[in-house]
Amino acid sequence: MAEQHATAYDSKIEGNVIFTRLDAAFNWVRKNSLWPMPMGLACCAIELMATAASRFDIARFGAEVMRFSPRQCDVMIVAGTVTYKMALAVKRIYEQMPDPKWVIAMGACASTGGMYRSYAVLQGIDQLLPVDVYVSGCPPRPEALLAGLMKLQEKISGEKSFAAQKPEWTKKLTGAVA
Amino acid sequence: MTGSELLASLGKLFGQKLQAKIEFRGETTYTIAATDLREIAKFCRDDLSFDYLIDITSIDNFGEDPRFEIVYELYSMTLAVHLRLKLKLSEDEEVDTLSDLWPTANWHEREIYDMMGIKFKGHPDLRRILMWDGYPFFPLRKEFPLEGLPSEMPDVAFTKAASLEGGPFVTRPSTATTKDREPRARPPEL
Repeated sequence: MAEQHATAYDSKIEGNVIFTRLDAAFNWVRKNSLWPMPMGLACCAIELMATAASRFDIARFGAEVMRFSPRQCDVMIVAGTVTYKMALAVKRIYEQMPDPKWVIAMGACASTGGMYRSYAVLQGIDQLLPVDVYVSGCPPRPEALLAGLMKLQEKISGEKSFAAQKPEWTKKLTGAVA
Repeated sequence: MTGSELLASLGKLFGQKLQAKIEFRGETTYTIAATDLREIAKFCRDDLSFDYLIDITSIDNFGEDPRFEIVYELYSMTLAVHLRLKLKLSEDEEVDTLSDLWPTANWHEREIYDMMGIKFKGHPDLRRILMWDGYPFFPLRKEFPLEGLPSEMPDVAFTKAASLEGGPFVTRPSTATTKDREPRARPPEL
């Protein structure tokens, strides 16, 4: 019968354990599986589709899971001209997305109204939604959208996720430390 | 029957009601009165084989009376003849619908109502088609500014005036150099 020793070393899990901050772990998970809501409204949507397809392959950044249900999405890519008739529908879809959520305004129209200085077009989706990344271009090339996505990943990795998600815990913990 | 005979028979039957005839590059345009529209259109469809209504458009001659002009583009598939009918309409007048003669007129007339505010008598479903129900303006009228006017319909839609920044930036047709043809700010002359 083998003798049993209580040790601090467990060979079964050693090597599989890492120590990190909670925020860093959260953010690492979030930024590498950004599921986009493809809000394709005009020609930018064609570039968005190209970004998702094999030549540019947005799957390299973990964002290939385009979901047409807002319930399963993390980042809304507003790709195209937002008319006033569509504007509140876009806002409603954004509100149906679960937190945490981000918005990329893709192209000139979604960012500022673009060349449509007219009675029918919302002059930038930022009048309705909190935009995280603006991508310039008319339409932007897929590389530009990917650059925008990487910028968003950069932004996410610096967020205070835990504090945002559990404000009451954070308060308790900081109180205990102080 | 050839195309010219076709149009001649129209002239013979409705000589009094065709106010003006314009021939331009093989296209015939007749000006008619709004009250005669249905009679003439029905004759064109049933007896002259104009089986295809290509388009209905409207023009706003702002400052003139009658103010509006409606243009009907007819085409005969069998004889390959084009016919254009024009009629004038003042602001408080209505015109008869053609949606029971050519079903395609239904949406064309809705678009004219949406953009110009011209009403069509007897139209089965005269709702807006591009803007939403309840939008208070008619955007293609000349007095409507390009940048739009603010409007509010909670939970449905809203509009704000767009910032034109000195625009609209338009170019003029000419053979001048690129530097001179470059789009410049030119507000509409109203």
